[in-house]
Amino acid sequence: MNAVVTRDLGKRFGRVTALEDCSLEIGEGQLVALVGPNGAGKSTLLNLMVGLAKPSTGEVSVLGVPAGSGVALDGVAFVAQDTPLYRHLSAADMIHLTRNLNRHFDVAYATDRLRDLDISPGRKAGSLSGGQRAQLALTLALARRPQLLVLDEPTAQLDPLARHDFMSIVMTAMAEDGLTVVLSSHVLAELERVADYLVLISRGRVRIDGDVVSLLTRHWMLTGVPDQSPSPGWRTIQKTSAGAQQHLLVETLSDAPFPPGWEARPVSLEELTMAYLREDTDASRAALLETVR
Amino acid sequence: MDRSSPIVFTLDPGSGVPTYLQLIHQVEHALRLGYLKPGDQLPKVREVVAELAINPNTVLKAYRDLESKGLTAGRPGQGTFVEGTLDQIDLAGLTGLRRSLVAWLSDADESGLDQDGIVALFSSTLRDFAERRGHEGGRGALTDRRTAGGIA
Repeated sequence: MNAVVTRDLGKRFGRVTALEDCSLEIGEGQLVALVGPNGAGKSTLLNLMVGLAKPSTGEVSVLGVPAGSGVALDGVAFVAQDTPLYRHLSAADMIHLTRNLNRHFDVAYATDRLRDLDISPGRKAGSLSGGQRAQLALTLALARRPQLLVLDEPTAQLDPLARHDFMSIVMTAMAEDGLTVVLSSHVLAELERVADYLVLISRGRVRIDGDVVSLLTRHWMLTGVPDQSPSPGWRTIQKTSAGAQQHLLVETLSDAPFPPGWEARPVSLEELTMAYLREDTDASRAALLETVR
Repeated sequence: MDRSSPIVFTLDPGSGVPTYLQLIHQVEHALRLGYLKPGDQLPKVREVVAELAINPNTVLKAYRDLESKGLTAGRPGQGTFVEGTLDQIDLAGLTGLRRSLVAWLSDADESGLDQDGIVALFSSTLRDFAERRGHEGGRGALTDRRTAGGIA
């Protein structure tokens, strides 16, 4: 079964289109990374998945049922941006509150985790460090024993050590419970280590999505002399050139070897993402110029 | 932390080598150097995941590949254990190869090639060699470069 399926999903706020034509299938037990510039529609898509927003067009289902339905809500946990907690409530109060607001809640898991984290139950959420606050929010989400965990920029405010510890808990939950995770992030360098599947969103549309390993084996950085013409076996995503040299970031369309004269090297997820985002910006600029003319 | 395995993984985030390949390389390296012997256990998936904060599917992929190479075997409920060894050639063979390499190195030295030049020449020749050998398998050479990761 797929953990998340969207079909022609779209969301408008008044005249503004936040998301359109979004069709995705996300398998169980995967970690899906949602990347894209600010305002691209990432949070909108996450809100639609967890049932906090209703689609304007198309549909979205999670765990085999419509998003936002009772069954879906029981199986999905969501940690919103900036890990919001009630500042004046203690950690113990937050556990008490979350237990009473949910049908399933594993109190033993939550208290054990707090002990591991050295967060004393009496501490007010507002007095915790950024890392501890994020960990408390994550603990509350995981204690609901969800099948799908949705995280909106969970590590944006954290220092590298806190970020590592946070992801370590998420990864352990994946290893132990077969949890599916969807997270949005700007920390591209970190995603290569954690993501199975990448969804790149730009201006409300899915620009590219796919299995991370297959994306990385399909894209190459080629270096050659400027007058060398590209081959029909690939699609150029990004081109930089100077007098004696040109670099092309290409998506290969077949398994054929590169023609002689091109030097090829693998690309990182970060390079790949940046190339697509740049291509998109260039395309929109060109379209704008076209309209002006 | 109590470790189930004699080895522990590290990651080089700047290397450009995919994480699962880094794990495979480290196991193979440990086998060659004797840090790991048949019967030894590899770090448990849960331990690797918690320590390095990497995706469990990545560790599972690395362990699956090691298993299909015949180097390890999974024991249900216990973990993954070393089965094979990576003794490539015997000592006499190694000594012979070393001798011819030393002879080549002194030739290179006499021709005025410095250490960086030698490394560059060796790397590019090795790459061409692998590429030529890989051509029977279509794009084997290029795939090789991704799997080898560190040659150039």
